[in-house]
Amino acid sequence: MSLPYKIVVGLEVHVQLLTNTKLFCGCSTKFGSPPNSQVCPVCIGMPGTLPVMNRKAFDLALRAALALNCSIAEFTKWDRKNYYYPDLPKNYQISQYDLPFSYEGFLEINAAADPKKEYTPKRIGLFRAHLEEDAGKNTHDESGRGADSKVDLNRTGTPLLEIVSKPEINSPEEAKAYLEEIRLMLREIGVSDCEMQEGSLRCDANVNIHIEHEGGIAATPLVEVKNLNSITSVGRAIAYEAERQYKEFKKDPVNYRFGNMFKTTAGWNDVKGITVIQRHKENASDYRYFPEPDLVPVVVTPSEVQAAKMAMGELPSEQRKRLQSAPFNLTQYDSQVLTAKGRRMVTYYEEVTAVIGDGKQVINRMSDLVMGALNDRKEEIDQFPLSSQTFADFMKKTASITQQGRRDVFNHMLEKGTDAATSIKELGIQTDFDESKLLQAVLEAIAANGPAVEDYKKGKTAAANRIKGHVMKTAKGAPNDVVQRLLEAELAKLMGT
Amino acid sequence: MDIDNVRKVAKLARLDLSEADLATMTTQLSAILSYVDQLKELDTDNVEPMAHPLPLKNVFRPDELRPSLPVDEALKNAPARSGDFFAVPAILDAGDDLSH
Ligand SMILES: [Zn+2]
Repeated sequence: MSLPYKIVVGLEVHVQLLTNTKLFCGCSTKFGSPPNSQVCPVCIGMPGTLPVMNRKAFDLALRAALALNCSIAEFTKWDRKNYYYPDLPKNYQISQYDLPFSYEGFLEINAAADPKKEYTPKRIGLFRAHLEEDAGKNTHDESGRGADSKVDLNRTGTPLLEIVSKPEINSPEEAKAYLEEIRLMLREIGVSDCEMQEGSLRCDANVNIHIEHEGGIAATPLVEVKNLNSITSVGRAIAYEAERQYKEFKKDPVNYRFGNMFKTTAGWNDVKGITVIQRHKENASDYRYFPEPDLVPVVVTPSEVQAAKMAMGELPSEQRKRLQSAPFNLTQYDSQVLTAKGRRMVTYYEEVTAVIGDGKQVINRMSDLVMGALNDRKEEIDQFPLSSQTFADFMKKTASITQQGRRDVFNHMLEKGTDAATSIKELGIQTDFDESKLLQAVLEAIAANGPAVEDYKKGKTAAANRIKGHVMKTAKGAPNDVVQRLLEAELAKLMGT
Repeated sequence: MDIDNVRKVAKLARLDLSEADLATMTTQLSAILSYVDQLKELDTDNVEPMAHPLPLKNVFRPDELRPSLPVDEALKNAPARSGDFFAVPAILDAGDDLSH
């Protein structure tokens, strides 16, 4: 797909950190509790209360920033972002303004045109990641009769990590890949569960386009699209908004330019599939930041950075590289697919490979059988009834039989809870074929299928399948390719007579 | 500090000031600012910027649950409630939700 413009996107992602309690008080962060049941004087902004930073939240934020290849500031402080809105009881949000605890990082994503087939790495630069508190939740009267809006402050004060990318994302696909990589990585290192439907991963997209115009590059005004609550909607919103801006530009190429207009805000209507530009509010972005006097600064030591690195474990990007080297030797693509399934799947794969040896063969068998079964059964790998050792044993015992035979044994094992040997026996599948025995079966089948042989001789080559079917019945589970080869050779001999 | 600055700050603080109030505030705020401006007379070239008046850093608490307020207690000071929610006058432009 070639567009008459270049899409330029920066993403602001908010993720909820996996803590038991809020950022500045001991209230629970549990999702889905009754309204206003998780609030206290600190998080509803009562006068005279003092916030105290949650150690775990800071540690998780530090771990995430390191995983995002950010530099860590030795000295960091918090600021008040002032605005008035019913979901914000203090009338300011505690955030970080000029001295965020981390800055200048990057995230590697798969920017291949077809990410289902190939892997093309691309680094997306990050401006910063900082630690702030969430606001509450408003519910509006949708009836149009102007009833009161309702406010639930359970979410107020929940710790959030805000990750701000540089405008280096150039397509809806790249935006989706970026979010998928962030989600995978933060889940793997235990920083966030990134459940978009529960609001623990939220995304705003700053979108504009660059157009070649009269020998130069024309950039359109920036639009910040909010309310994106699924990875799919992020992709759709960017594609829609870019096209909308292109139409605006064509209408007024002189004035519809970056720099001529303030940044505007748009909401995404997922049902209609459109962005809705909010009317411009003068000075809306004047948040009058100033240092938060109720919190003292944090100084991070090199040993704390080291400890956070240790707690991080292996990152998806490191894992992909490791899986591409011995003993696994996976392709870049296979390593990506496997890594995207999560650490427990990778461990399973590693355990099977330790027994089988051939990493490529293991990934093929797992893709053929295990991945599909997990999909059908709606299970995660750690609930899967066949352990890695059982699957490795299955692979060994079914090495010499047909794909169909293997599938039958696999399904039988899953259904009956048996091991490979038992299933092979119960299904009556023969697993040790020597070629002379197979040849015998082929000759018998030819002898028993006179009419099919006659048809074949007349040029109806499909008749060979009937003979082959006969062979497969007597030599259950025989390797397809060997039977095919023997049969073709014997039939060729008959043609000569 | 001119009257337009005051008007802007008042708007951001959701304060509805009359023209007379705005004029008084302009005089008073100007006086406060020029008082504070005296600090500029000091030579601070070799003074480290200070982020906090107390010589404290790294004050944390463990991630341990503490009891929250009973919901009736939490809502007690609210001018209005609707069930277990705080009730506020209808937010007409729901798009406002998006602006922060
Ligand atoms: Zn609280």
